[in-house]
Amino acid sequence: MEILLAITTGILYAAGIYMMLRRSMVKLILGLILLGNGVNLLIFLLGRITKGKPPIIPEETKVFEDLFADPVPQALILTAIVISFGLQSFAIILVKRAYKVLKTDDLDQLNTTDEDS
Amino acid sequence: MLIAVLLGFIFALSILVIGKFIKGKQSWLSTLIPLSLLAYFSSFIPQVSRGEIIQQTYTWIPSFNVELSFQLDGLSLLFSLMITGIGTLVFAYTSAYLKGHEFLDRFYAYLSMFMGAMLGLVLSDNLISMFVFWELTSISSFYLIGFNNASLASRKSALTALGITGMGGLLFLGGAVLLGDVAGTFSISEMIGMSEEITTHSAYVLIAILFFGAAFSKSAQFPFHFWLPGAMKAPTPVSTYLHSATMVKAGVYLLLRFTPILGNTEFWNSTLIIVGGVTMLYSAIHIIFRTDLKGILAYSTISALGILVFLIGLGTQEALIACLVFIIVHALYKASLFLITGIIDHETGTRDITQLAGLRKVLMPVAVAGFLAALISGGVPPTFGFIGKDLIYEAGLNWGSFTWLLIGAALLTKILLYYAGFVAGVKPFMGSLPASFENVHLPEKRLWVPPLLLVSLGVLLGFVPHLAEDALIAPGIEVLMTSTETFHLKLWHGFNTALILSLVTIGIGTLLYFVLIPSHKKENFIGKFEVISPKNIVLKTTEGFSAFSSLWTNFFQNGFLRHYVATIIGFLCLVLGYLIFSNFNLRLDYSSFSKLTIYEVAIIVMMITAIFFTVFSKSRLAAVASMGIVGFAFCLLFLFYSAPDLAMTQFSVDTLTVILFVLVLYRLPKYLRLSKNVLRIEHGILSVFFGALMTILVLKVLQEPVNAEITNYYAQNAYLLAKGKNVVNVILVDFRGIDTLIETCVLIVAALGVFGLLKLRLKTRDKK
Repeated sequence: MEILLAITTGILYAAGIYMMLRRSMVKLILGLILLGNGVNLLIFLLGRITKGKPPIIPEETKVFEDLFADPVPQALILTAIVISFGLQSFAIILVKRAYKVLKTDDLDQLNTTDEDS
Repeated sequence: MLIAVLLGFIFALSILVIGKFIKGKQSWLSTLIPLSLLAYFSSFIPQVSRGEIIQQTYTWIPSFNVELSFQLDGLSLLFSLMITGIGTLVFAYTSAYLKGHEFLDRFYAYLSMFMGAMLGLVLSDNLISMFVFWELTSISSFYLIGFNNASLASRKSALTALGITGMGGLLFLGGAVLLGDVAGTFSISEMIGMSEEITTHSAYVLIAILFFGAAFSKSAQFPFHFWLPGAMKAPTPVSTYLHSATMVKAGVYLLLRFTPILGNTEFWNSTLIIVGGVTMLYSAIHIIFRTDLKGILAYSTISALGILVFLIGLGTQEALIACLVFIIVHALYKASLFLITGIIDHETGTRDITQLAGLRKVLMPVAVAGFLAALISGGVPPTFGFIGKDLIYEAGLNWGSFTWLLIGAALLTKILLYYAGFVAGVKPFMGSLPASFENVHLPEKRLWVPPLLLVSLGVLLGFVPHLAEDALIAPGIEVLMTSTETFHLKLWHGFNTALILSLVTIGIGTLLYFVLIPSHKKENFIGKFEVISPKNIVLKTTEGFSAFSSLWTNFFQNGFLRHYVATIIGFLCLVLGYLIFSNFNLRLDYSSFSKLTIYEVAIIVMMITAIFFTVFSKSRLAAVASMGIVGFAFCLLFLFYSAPDLAMTQFSVDTLTVILFVLVLYRLPKYLRLSKNVLRIEHGILSVFFGALMTILVLKVLQEPVNAEITNYYAQNAYLLAKGKNVVNVILVDFRGIDTLIETCVLIVAALGVFGLLKLRLKTRDKK
């Protein structure tokens, strides 16, 4: 299963980068989201996968007695998901706004800082 | 002594407040600053001539062994008197020369900052503080050269000078740190005793080279000399003060100061002789081809600096005495010649020697000063210049090997310097006065008294050389040599070879003055060789550098986002690919992996299909929807692999993202294929390669054992310390609570940004 997940990670990275290399701004955002998912999966795999043993201490005990899933990558990914949501929503609105002002979706036409070109 | 050094800086700062006052009629009052310093340093003459060394130390950065320690010995005193003495005259001269100038206050600020820095430089006993003052002189020189900041040539010259001297400063710093490391101290006076160990140390040659670089760039030695003629763009008082009398001698001072420490080795001596010799000849020959008075003086200054370096290279007591004497002589006559040139320029509006003539009829006192300055410069008895020149020849004659080569070079240089002195000091005043100059009148005293004072001193010292000897030369030599023999400066040395050489110099020099008439034809002739001059080579290299860097920048920073992404990813691929494939040992241990189950495989297939659909779909809505599917597939994965919190978060976030997308979808641009097919394939290859690398990376990581230390800490303490059973939650809100708080702030900022972008009204400019 790990091999399959590793390949999925690769596909997510490839797809994310490919989308980021497109000229359309919407595709750029989609690429960012895909790339973010790829990173999350990578971090998740670093902690190894454990089935059906969430890192929650059972009611009656004070420490783990059994095997448990690694909580550290989970905490990291949780943070990452939330932050990337902030980024995505801002980016979506920014693209909308940029399109409204500049009437273009083509990143190649946004390569200058000069106002009057 | 600290106050004396800082006075210049304090005055420079005070210009901010009293600038208006100094700019006006009271500008001559600023002369009091160098004058009081001159009096202060003169008061030390009796003490120093008795051989005393005055030391004062103030701690500055004790943890780096950096102190503001000042030491006043014969050598420092000689330079201090020169700096404050000529400073006084230049300050007075300036108040008339730049009378009513818009930025006169600024000029005084730079000038007094320079004076403070230069005093600090020659008084410092600590290498690091010496370096700081060294750099300060370069910086104030930069401001002064570029004083006419409206002129392009001024700005360019200022930059060139700063570039060259700044590079020298860097070398100085390197040499200082290295020497401090070898000697174990930054105190120069402590190093004197360690000369033996330092010169035999393996780093000695490197230290010497670094110090040479510093001294040669500052003192305009070949091939770094070219910044000095450019620096003549500065107002004449600056050329007088910085670029002939004091600052350019900082390099000479450095070499003198370190002669007892680094000197007396073959490497030290021969390098200095060769560089000094080449410099003095090269620029002496250049004099013939100049028509601008300041150009002539600039090249003769470089030549004189070459002589000084050459003499330090000879390194015998005689040579060092000659060096000290010539420093004084040169300061006296060259400063006066510059001041005279300034007067001529100020009154007639030209410095072109081919046009200037007959000015003695209108500027008599200036003509007298010019004539005397030429005599001192040419070393005509009974001036102090004669003693200087005589000593130089004797030092050369008594050196031993290559005598005639050395003497030949010195003789030729001296003849040409004699010529330069007469062209600059006498020629403008001879002949008949052109009609255009008939309205020229004698300027106020503040302009012509300073040069006259200087040359009178030069003549006077010729008659009573023991004055200079007792006060400056003898204490100075004691600093430079470990053991000294008694000596006396005198005009008449008897009838010897040196005297004959002096006479030859005067004879041929006078002949040259009448035969070689400066002309523009000659100047144009030498201009043809400009292509191979060091200046041109350096300038071309600099241009090459900036051309290259703008190419470089434009290539990598071309404004196309995808180009940046492609570059970063491409580079990452190269590095990562090299690391992974250079020792490729991927052994997959299938037994350690968990087994495939049908529902997991189904999820993965679903996810991959959704990814492909997202990438290749032509419909915006479909792409966004399949993005959502990818997210939900992730939820399920998290659920399977014991991460319920992640599943919940991913679920809500993905739902929100898709909703947000759909909400603004129809306000978004059309979903077009913009790239060309070739580019798509290129990007596809790059992405696939990168994805493959990441897969291999993940697989390699899976081979490594897991370090569970942190995990176990959290797991053990989640309940015991933080009283929480859900470890992930406890980590987020308790162990790393501050991080989560900051994360919340980030989200708030993003939310504010979104709100702002939605509510912001278009300005009229944007509507167009």
